[in-house]
Amino acid sequence: MSFLPYAVAAWVCVVGLYGIVTSRNLIHLALCLTITQSSTYLLLLAIGYVKGGGPPIFKGVKLGTTTVDPVVQALTLTDIVVSVTVIALILALALDVHKQAGTIDPDEIREMSG
Amino acid sequence: MTWALPLPVVLPLLAAAVATAGDHVLPRRAADAIAVVGAASSFAFALVVMLESERHVQLHWFGGWKPHGDAAIGIAFAADPLGAGMAALATGLVLASVLYSWSFTREGARPYDVLLLCFGGAMAGFSLTGDVFNMFVWFELMGVSAYALAGFQIKELGPLQGAVNFAVTNTVGAYMILMGIALLYARTGALNLAQIGHGLAGHRPDGLVVLALTLLVCGFLVKAAIVPFHLWLADAHAVAPAPVCLLFSGAMVALGLLGVTRCYWTVFEGAFGAEHAHDVRAVLLALGVVTALVGAAMAFLQRHLKRLLAYSTISHMGIVLVGIALLDQKSLGGAADMVLSHGLLKGALFLCSGIVLLRFQDVDELRLHGRGRELPVVGVMYGLGAVALTGLPYVGTYLGHAQIDEGATLDHIEWVQPLLMLAAGISGGAILRSGARVFLGWGPKQDPLLSPEPAESSPEHDASYPALLAVTAVVLALGLVASVVPGLGQRVEHAAGVARDRTAYVDLVLHGIQRPAPARLPFVVEPTATESLLYGTGGLLIAVTLALVGLYRRRLPDAVRAPVGAVLGPPARVAKLVHSGVIGDYVMWITVGTAVVGGVWAILLH
Repeated sequence: MSFLPYAVAAWVCVVGLYGIVTSRNLIHLALCLTITQSSTYLLLLAIGYVKGGGPPIFKGVKLGTTTVDPVVQALTLTDIVVSVTVIALILALALDVHKQAGTIDPDEIREMSG
Repeated sequence: MTWALPLPVVLPLLAAAVATAGDHVLPRRAADAIAVVGAASSFAFALVVMLESERHVQLHWFGGWKPHGDAAIGIAFAADPLGAGMAALATGLVLASVLYSWSFTREGARPYDVLLLCFGGAMAGFSLTGDVFNMFVWFELMGVSAYALAGFQIKELGPLQGAVNFAVTNTVGAYMILMGIALLYARTGALNLAQIGHGLAGHRPDGLVVLALTLLVCGFLVKAAIVPFHLWLADAHAVAPAPVCLLFSGAMVALGLLGVTRCYWTVFEGAFGAEHAHDVRAVLLALGVVTALVGAAMAFLQRHLKRLLAYSTISHMGIVLVGIALLDQKSLGGAADMVLSHGLLKGALFLCSGIVLLRFQDVDELRLHGRGRELPVVGVMYGLGAVALTGLPYVGTYLGHAQIDEGATLDHIEWVQPLLMLAAGISGGAILRSGARVFLGWGPKQDPLLSPEPAESSPEHDASYPALLAVTAVVLALGLVASVVPGLGQRVEHAAGVARDRTAYVDLVLHGIQRPAPARLPFVVEPTATESLLYGTGGLLIAVTLALVGLYRRRLPDAVRAPVGAVLGPPARVAKLVHSGVIGDYVMWITVGTAVVGGVWAILLH
């Protein structure tokens, strides 16, 4: 098993977090959040990979055929579904922030601090 | 009775679906009734499950997919008394919140009720599930409903900022949890808590296990608002409607700590328990004590009532984390008692602030100076809630404090008790000070120490005050008597013992072997140690003293004021700067905090 997918997952995660921390635009920030999220897909799929394994579709396949782990793929799908809701909500909030404040720079909306 | 186990989750979700489906068809009152029935039936079944689980841990395999050999194939709900108790508290608070909102939130009530029901169902599911990925799903459902509820008043900028900060930080936390789950799956090939714990037990922990522990614990600590992961909490509480704050403070943050408890005792204890328990304890204990003190100090610097109460919630979550971090049965029981009494009392205080907001369209301590005299009943309830949170003997949070104190004595970690007393005293003092200024008109009308806040308005103007007062009074009364309920202390300690017993849990979930039911639990109020009485009284004395100092510090002689101001001023200014309200900073703190916790554990646990 190669080390590379794990390194890429860690790298994508850090890139996404860097984007969130430095973001000056809420839509950009939401996208960075999805980038962080894609690192979890990479990690899950890398964990379930089996060398030489085919897709985990068992219809019409001979018994004993090697496939990759279907569980992590199910987890990934659930993760996508759940997180799309969050991203949609953040984008909707960004839209309303723009309506109220005329800007979507998180540094300029400081209703609250301290 | 295992058929009852999924009902606290299924019923509110079903009610939410029916209410949504009938949105344009049903008359207003019918939709309200569906929400109340959904919440009430969920609470009733949660209580049934809790009482049953005290005799036997309840287990339900969905679709009848029972484990085969040592491998769990399906998804299970496994309710131990601690988790079932948490589900009962959460669903009970949802019921209180729905009833309170009935007379409070007049416009756009349907999506609001639906969100409350989803939130309740998700919290119950998180408490009852026995599967780690299922925990993640409930965690996210709970999150999404909560973000929407926090930003419910989208016509104002404050709620939008609070909701965005809340959503982004908690989603980052959720991804950390998911990565931790992935690593555990990679190691054990399992998602069932019992099976993971069984797989890790007895093996030397390596880098992967330490990383998984760090990611899971830090992810849950984001939800639990533990320093330095806490920054979102005050923003979210300050802007959410009061009945939603009741759920945030009373149940949601405590669920983060339930996640930590489950994680440690069911999953990781077998790998770390033997030789590394004190290293895990050291890190969690440090985080808990720092959180208790920082939260209390920040509470003292606030003038926005809900923000002040929010910081005091952070402080109390620190105290609960200390109870968990001591890693013994008595302290864990104390932590659970603290969650119960704090949830009810802090919830009642938020409901009081909601009544104040409705009446005066403002919750600013200085602007409301003395105007609260029009609401004497609310003033009395606010004061009682504040006093009960200081740990005064046999009132409110006292039982939790006493059990944590006794646990700390047994573990020979006596330095922690005076610090917890101090934290409870400071945050209690902050609440008392705000109450005295608003409801009695004590102290000056200006105070440069307190953070300035924008005005807040409530979109509702008409409400039934008797109904609001009645719900608040019931929640408050339950919180006040929590320390003198006969047998509660012993039953909670029994629940803590069950939650810590990994081998019995594994036997039940994987092999279906039920341990014999315990003998009848005693039905008395146990006397507590003298030192707990002293610490409890000390907490109240500190609170009253600090409240008076906060109100009348200008009357102190200059010789006292100047040096104290010189010492405490700079750290207070730094603390205010750190709580910047900017989301990038918050995520930075989460990243750094996780790296530090992981680094320390990587060194200690190897």
